[in-house]
Amino acid sequence: MWSWVAHRVTGVLIFFFLFVHVLDTALVRVSPEAYDEVVATYKTPLVALLEYGLVAAILFHALNGLRVIAVDFWSKGTRYQKQMLWAVVGVWVVLMIGALYPVLGHAAAEVFGS
Amino acid sequence: MSNNTVKTDTAASGIGPVEGDSLYSVDNPAPVIEPPRQRTKKTPRSTRGNFELYAWLFMRLSGVVLVVLVIGHLVVQLVLDGGVQKIGFAFVAGRWASPFWQVWDLLMLWLAMLHGTIGLRTIINDYAERANTRVWLKGLLYTATVFTILLGTLVIFTFDPNIR
Ligand code: HEM
Ligand code: HEM
Repeated sequence: MWSWVAHRVTGVLIFFFLFVHVLDTALVRVSPEAYDEVVATYKTPLVALLEYGLVAAILFHALNGLRVIAVDFWSKGTRYQKQMLWAVVGVWVVLMIGALYPVLGHAAAEVFGS
Repeated sequence: MSNNTVKTDTAASGIGPVEGDSLYSVDNPAPVIEPPRQRTKKTPRSTRGNFELYAWLFMRLSGVVLVVLVIGHLVVQLVLDGGVQKIGFAFVAGRWASPFWQVWDLLMLWLAMLHGTIGLRTIINDYAERANTRVWLKGLLYTATVFTILLGTLVIFTFDPNIR
């Protein structure tokens, strides 16, 4: 039940991000300066935190989506849906720890100085 | 316990005291229940297509492909080669010089937008209870979808590294 709510919420979040993301990418047709200026905001610590959140949303939606697909198409899917949910949570935690440094490393260095 | 007495006693209510014991006989036939959605001369065939089935299937097929496309995209943009710090006009120019990444981005754009739009359509159908609200929200949604897909496609096809 909670996984279904989370799947919904993350799906909507990703959709709204994608809408804005296509708009910001379209600035490459305006001028290199306009594009670089907007992308510069992506490199600030606060937005880096948002990017980490986006990664969290996508990884959960993707992993849980694969679980939903397995439940629908795999003959034993329904029987193992609970175990698969724990697998989703486990893989998600591992990947989120792995993403810490690549996504937040630069921001951390900027905020805490190094 | 005599079956006969039970039948005559409770036939009017239609409920027998023993589960699985038939209440009906030749003299006391069960009421006829018409099959729902029976085809008549006015509605000879199914009047609806299989749209919902195809939408359901598309969500799953596109989902599998999107796992590769979107997570690959995130690794390229956020992890490899200095992460988000390297992104700029020159970086995009370098990537879209390759037809491989052009096709990658194009496919990701179309699949993610259609997948997200069908998903939001389901959510609108679930929560917007008034018919009017539903029509307006979906109209807004489809307008945004067509606009975004067209803009994104145009940007990939008309990208000009020598714009300045
Ligand atoms: C914060 C994370 C992200 C960053 C930094 C990022 C960065 C970029 C960049 C630099 C481009 C330009 C083309 C290229 O280099 O391939 C691009 C294009 C694109 N990205 Fe992302 N991206 C992110 C997340 C996402 C996500 C989550 C999605 C899908 C849901 C997505 C979908 C797309 C699409 C469809 C295009 C092509 C846009 C167009 O046709 O104009 N991106 N992205
Ligand atoms: C990364 C790979 C992805 C996978 C494996 C995936 C998988 C799925 C699946 C299987 C469903 C159907 C759930 C159901 O019928 O109960 C779904 C729903 C949905 N997805 Fe995705 N998806 C992915 C990416 C995306 C992206 C990029 C977006 C946004 C643009 C998105 C937005 C949605 C929305 C809004 C729903 C509807 C949620 C609902 O009805 O509760 N998904 N996804």
